[in-house]
Amino acid sequence: MPAGSTYEPIATTTLGSSQQYVTFTSISGSYTDLVLVVNTTGASSNVNYDLVVGNGSVDTGSNYSATYIQGNTTAPSSTRSTNATQLRLGNNAYTQASGGNFMAITQFLNYSNTTTYKTVLSRQGNPNLSVEATVGLWRSTSAINIIRIGDSGGITMAAGSTFTLYGITAA
Amino acid sequence: MLNIIAGSLSVGVTPSTNSYESIATVTVGGGGSSIITFSSIPSGYEHLQIRAIGRADRAGSTDSVVLRFNSDSGNNYAHHWLYGDGASALAANTTSTNYIYPLVTPAASDLANTYAALVIDVLDYDNTNKYKTTRTLAGYDVNGSGGLLFLSSGLWINTNAISTITINTGSSNWAQYSQFALYGIKGV
Repeated sequence: MPAGSTYEPIATTTLGSSQQYVTFTSISGSYTDLVLVVNTTGASSNVNYDLVVGNGSVDTGSNYSATYIQGNTTAPSSTRSTNATQLRLGNNAYTQASGGNFMAITQFLNYSNTTTYKTVLSRQGNPNLSVEATVGLWRSTSAINIIRIGDSGGITMAAGSTFTLYGITAA
Repeated sequence: MLNIIAGSLSVGVTPSTNSYESIATVTVGGGGSSIITFSSIPSGYEHLQIRAIGRADRAGSTDSVVLRFNSDSGNNYAHHWLYGDGASALAANTTSTNYIYPLVTPAASDLANTYAALVIDVLDYDNTNKYKTTRTLAGYDVNGSGGLLFLSSGLWINTNAISTITINTGSSNWAQYSQFALYGIKGV
C-alpha cells in the first residue's frame, strides 16, 4: 500500500525585504529525505549562498566538504573544498535585471538517521553565470533538524527570493 | 479505495490524488547485502525514482555500482557520464554493455560513516513503445581523501515494461545502513 502524502511541503519563506539568512528550524525527523528549493531575485553585491546544517543549532565548525562540477562560458571544471565551515552552493553578484537569479535544488538524503554522515546532492546555477552540481558532506552522525542558507559574511539576499523545504517519506 | 467509492457516489469526498508515491524501501542490515532488488513493480505510474544512500563493504577504496532491469545481463545497455573529481571535469561513455553504471561508492577503507547518495529517474518505465532511459545525479565526498560527482544518462535497449530493478556493487556487498527507496510518479 503506497504511503499517503509522500512528497509534501514543510515550510516556505519569501523574503519581504533583504535578509542575511533563511533558517528552517525544528524540522521533523519523520521524513526520509528533504528537498530544499531556492529561487532568488538577484543581488546588489556579491552574495554567497552558504548552507549549514545541524541538530538543535547550526554547525559552523570545519565539518563540511564538497566536490563541485561547473560549466560557464568556457570549459567545464571541477573543484573541491575540505574541512570547510559551510557548503557553498554558489554565489551571485548580478541583479535580476541582469539575469542574476541564483537557484538551487538541494537533496538531503537520509537526513534524520543517527548512524551515517550526511551526504547532500545539489543542482544549482546562476543563469547569467554558470550551471553547477555539488555533492557535499557534513561529517556528523546527528540527525539534521535545522538548515540555514545565507552569506556568513553579512551580505543579504534580495527581497522576493523564495525558499521552500519539502519532505519525502519512504514506505 | 473508500475515497474512490465515495467519490463515485458523489458524496463530496475527493479521491486521493497523490502523484508521488512510495513503492518499496530496502535497508541493508548487519552482514550486508549482495544485491538490492525491487521486484513486481506495479504498473500505473508514469515514471520511477530511486533515492538512496550506499556504501560498499569491499576491503579497499570505492566500488562500482551496477544497475540492471528485468534481470537482463546481456549487452543491452549504454551510459554516458559527466563527472568531476575535484580536479577535472570529465566525460566518458560505454555502449553495448551489460549494465548501467550510475556511480562509484565509498568502500571499507574510505572515510568511515560516509555513504554515496544518488537519485535515479527512470522515465516511462512501463511504456512498451520505448527503450528505457535513466537520468542520475549521484556522488560521494570523503573530505581530505577526495570525492566524485556524477551526472549521467543510461539506456536499456528494450521496449519491455520494467518489472524488476536490481542494484549491486561491482565486487562486494552493500554495507549495513545502505538504504534504497523506490517511488512512483503518476501522470495525468
